[in-house]
Amino acid sequence: MSEQPLLRVDQLVTEFDTDEGTVRALDGVSFDVSPGKTVGIVGESGCGKSVTALSIMRLLPQPMGRIAGGNIRFRGQDLATLTFAEMAHIRGNHIGMVFQEPMTALNPVHTIGKQLVEGLRLHKNLSLEEAVKQGVDILDRVGIPSPDIRMSEYPHQLSGGMRQRVVIAIALACRPALLIADEPTTALDVTIQAQILELIKDLQKEMGMAVMLITHDLGVIAETCEDVVVMYAGKVAEQGSVYDIFDRPAHPYTRGLLQSIPRLDTQPKSRLSVIEGMVPGLRDLPAGCRFENRCPLASEECRQKPPAEEVIADGHRVSCYHRVSV
Amino acid sequence: MTPLLEVNDLKMHFPVREGIFNRSRYFNRAVDGVSLHINPGETLGLVGESGCGKSTLGRCIVRLYQPTGGSISFDGSDITHLRPGALRPLRQNIQMIFQDPMESLNSRHTVGEILEEPLLVQGLGKGPERAARVRELLNIVGLPARSVSRYPFEFSGGQRQRIGIARAIALNPRLIVCDEPVSALDVSIQSQVLNLMVDLQKEFNLAYLFIAHDLAVVKHVSDRIAIMYLGRIVETAESETLYKEARHPYTRSLISAIPIPDPHRNVEREILTGDVPSPIAPPAGCHFHPRCPRAEERCKVEYPSLELVGEAHRSACHLNNQLGASADSTG
Repeated sequence: MSEQPLLRVDQLVTEFDTDEGTVRALDGVSFDVSPGKTVGIVGESGCGKSVTALSIMRLLPQPMGRIAGGNIRFRGQDLATLTFAEMAHIRGNHIGMVFQEPMTALNPVHTIGKQLVEGLRLHKNLSLEEAVKQGVDILDRVGIPSPDIRMSEYPHQLSGGMRQRVVIAIALACRPALLIADEPTTALDVTIQAQILELIKDLQKEMGMAVMLITHDLGVIAETCEDVVVMYAGKVAEQGSVYDIFDRPAHPYTRGLLQSIPRLDTQPKSRLSVIEGMVPGLRDLPAGCRFENRCPLASEECRQKPPAEEVIADGHRVSCYHRVSV
Repeated sequence: MTPLLEVNDLKMHFPVREGIFNRSRYFNRAVDGVSLHINPGETLGLVGESGCGKSTLGRCIVRLYQPTGGSISFDGSDITHLRPGALRPLRQNIQMIFQDPMESLNSRHTVGEILEEPLLVQGLGKGPERAARVRELLNIVGLPARSVSRYPFEFSGGQRQRIGIARAIALNPRLIVCDEPVSALDVSIQSQVLNLMVDLQKEFNLAYLFIAHDLAVVKHVSDRIAIMYLGRIVETAESETLYKEARHPYTRSLISAIPIPDPHRNVEREILTGDVPSPIAPPAGCHFHPRCPRAEERCKVEYPSLELVGEAHRSACHLNNQLGASADSTG
């Protein structure tokens, strides 16, 4: 991790105003994305992984959501302080985004061509003919058959997998340096998921972009990511290389997650190990470590004060008093 | 052993209505000739991608749909054409757990009312007895007794699924059709619910039809697995056999497509091209041939029958015998 990161998220705090007061969805999240690398953000629902993506893209729901602290450096520029117009220049141009639900990410009343060409014309100042030509090229590249015909079709005329390919084509049309993919395959079948993940990998190689992949599926992480950030209740529990996380998990939460997934080679009907209890709500977070109420190793210290992040090996960081040494 | 449930050549064709006279010119062949059986206390896993008809099959078995062909028999008696009144006693024995525990629980009823309802419908027990049974059910699925007076929205997803399970076992059924029971749950919660389901099965000798798209989850809970593609079963075998010696090219690509949580594994996978075709106009011949890496001329015209290829192992593929030889390499 010696090279200059493309994206450095540092002590990011994101808050939401709700009827019952302010809740802190992210509380001091820090991680780096190096150029050309794939970073996986993994965690369960409500852990803040999507809020992290929305904060980086400055797409937090308004007026409730806001970045309340920390910074997001993209090529040295702090995205958290950019104006709306400055951010609009980055979004879609230098950072592309793919959402989970390909139906809601596309506008149903515009043709695919129109949605694809929009970004190209805006960011690259292309003529309509030139933008259409590039649009057809990128649709072809993401594996859509007869792309020139598809340009004049509407999203509902495509299957789920094809729609997700269109969303990827739109995100990549301007050849961004960073692609943020928020659960890009969760709504898809497993054979289609394999196609889409393979496509993202190929395009990444070809275009040299970095990918920030948000998912809850540890299988997807293991197969596509170089670095992994494990989030729990708005904080980073552990981060490191994919080998650190899978071979030498140091946080009890990471270990619990890895042990609780059924695998193809486990004994049928054997007992899966479980993490007891459930994720605390953002309104009643424990004062100390957020995993304390579910942690088998929790002690008095954990109840008092949240643990600080420690570097235990090059690039491998853990926030836990009782980190397991391997 | 006589099977608890026996399904023979079951068909569920939904009419697709269109035009000004609302005539049905096409049929959606959601389930198109499925045969299977489940023994008492056994779990049959049913796996397939969206649109393959697995949920429709489950709903036919609990008779939420009236099948358009074939037969279903439960415990030796034919239940295919039972009228609504005659279905009531049957429902004591066959229950269902749904995917979305929020939508399948009445949000205006307390948990106590939700769990008591099956007992009321069946006319079982008096007030205090029913209340005692509700407390017992909550205890069995690991929810606190005070949940009785609470509403579904006060619970997390995993707890709601426990309520759904408690409702399903309220009448001491012998078969539970579980339609994607853990798909909506987080990994750490999913394992809690799977453990509970395995425990309940042992304790009450329940049989499950476990419908899901996640082969790793299905393999974990099932004794046998059936793989479905476009309304038909393409392969069925014992769990371990199916995973180690899959014969059908679709099963193989399904297994190969599962992401494995191990960064050291670097498998060349068989990635299927294309999407699942529409069940309204399925491809001629073998339904899988347009996506199959090994399709031959014959596959385009003739539908292969489900043939015995090993002990309790059936596969519907013209190339069964040729594929058998290389089966070991996939394990």
